[in-house]
Amino acid sequence: MSQETDPKVVDAVRAHPFFHGFDPAFVHEVCQHAREVRFEPDELLAKEGAPADVFYLILEGKVALEAGAADNPHLTVQTVGRDEVLGWSWLVAPHRWRFDARATKPVRAAALSAEVLRRTLASHPTWGYQFLIRFMPVLAERLENTRIQLLDLHAH
Amino acid sequence: MLTDADRPAPTPGHPFAPVPYRVRAVATETPDTTTIVIEPWGTRRIGRTQPGQFVMLYAFGIGESPIGVAGGHPDGQLVHTVRNAGKVTGALGRLTPGDTVGVRGPYGHGWPIGEAKGRDILIVAGGLGLPPLRPLVYELFARRESYGRVEIIYGARTPKDLVYYDEIQTWRRRNDLRLQVTVDAAGREWYGDVGVVTTRIPDARFETGRTTAFLCGPEIMMRMTAQALVARGLAPEAIWVSMERNMKCAVGFCGHCQFGPSFVCRDGPVLRYDRVQHLLSLREV
Ligand SMILES: Cc1cc2nc3c(=O)[nH]c(=O)nc-3n(C[C@H](O)[C@H](O)[C@H](O)COP(=O)(O)OP(=O)(O)OC[C@H]3O[C@@H](n4cnc5c(N)ncnc54)[C@H](O)[C@@H]3O)c2cc1C
Ligand code: FES
Repeated sequence: MSQETDPKVVDAVRAHPFFHGFDPAFVHEVCQHAREVRFEPDELLAKEGAPADVFYLILEGKVALEAGAADNPHLTVQTVGRDEVLGWSWLVAPHRWRFDARATKPVRAAALSAEVLRRTLASHPTWGYQFLIRFMPVLAERLENTRIQLLDLHAH
Repeated sequence: MLTDADRPAPTPGHPFAPVPYRVRAVATETPDTTTIVIEPWGTRRIGRTQPGQFVMLYAFGIGESPIGVAGGHPDGQLVHTVRNAGKVTGALGRLTPGDTVGVRGPYGHGWPIGEAKGRDILIVAGGLGLPPLRPLVYELFARRESYGRVEIIYGARTPKDLVYYDEIQTWRRRNDLRLQVTVDAAGREWYGDVGVVTTRIPDARFETGRTTAFLCGPEIMMRMTAQALVARGLAPEAIWVSMERNMKCAVGFCGHCQFGPSFVCRDGPVLRYDRVQHLLSLREV
């Protein structure tokens, strides 16, 4: 096991639903430089415009994704919690956060290094493909939810 | 499923003759939504209401609208929550204690609670879909031991669009109920979930084989929610939806409320999802 890999984090990542069924060697690889991080309510996990250098797996707590609007600079458009993932900006150039992510409850998360992830996905296309197949539904669901919001689900 | 024989007798006398009721209390729920409590004015009253049924409320001199029953009491009181959507609902929302309204009904088939005995119950309400589910919630509370797990998912556009806010806090304190409240968007004052109701379905705790789901809200919300439940393995036959259509007679004469082969006033408003699924997917029926 390489020195940059914390076995506790590897266990947490393996147990996270997002990584269910993945090759343990892949999980181990992407866990290099991964850390367990904690945030108190109101602390930011991500700041709009800042480099998106981590991919969070939420282990506990709740995070609000805030989109700044002129009339409401802190409009929460979605919350994500335990067993969910946070962030896709690390995957898509220019690798900068597109929104603020703020803890609304104490958060414990695994922060995976975006650089390690990108490198691993690029150099192991089979793993890369499997990862994208797992990631697409998350993106598709967010897109679908936005569509539902636009359709104004609650309007009579 | 309830049969015609189970249906309580509608308003005695002429089917279109409204029974006068007097407004006893009024509460503002949201800027455009009001809850009114009405009681019989005189000796006549409508028949006993079942959860999920509706009545026709007549704003004198203006017109009539179908409105779900949000609460009923043995002494004849009725509770309705009305959103100002136009002429009639606007007038109903402006009522003050002592005013009179006309009531006819109750009409339609409500939630098949009897059929769901012994099963887990999942209730999903969107926006003003909660009021017609409220009597069902209290029926479940009253016979709690007859049902398995009960979970309610309630979604509204923003925190200020949530109805029965204080009441919901008392539901939250019960340990025999799981409650998820979510809004589509919120400011920092809201510490709850944000996301459309369908985002809460993956977190709902139910066993597919023994759960009955009751859905009420805008059609698009029920369609998306039912699809999400089916994707999680719930059988379409175990899902019930409450439909809304423009109505005139409310007794199956005029055809105004036609929905495919059904008349919502007579065959609904609560219909089994597998029977209307194909119609719900159509944009205009
Ligand atoms: C079974 C049933 C139960 C209902 N329960 C409730 C309730 O508990 N609380 C509540 O606030 N509303 C409820 N509604 C909706 C309510 O009946 C309509 O909002 C109302 O009839 C609109 O009438 P209006 O004169 O106020 O508006 P109008 O001036 O007639 O119309 C305003 C707009 O609403 C549309 N509309 C009219 N009738 C309906 C309808 N039935 N459904 C959807 N859109 C309509 C019109 O096309 C128009 O776009 C229910 C409807 C049904 C069928
Ligand atoms: S409203 Fe007349 S048939 Fe239903």
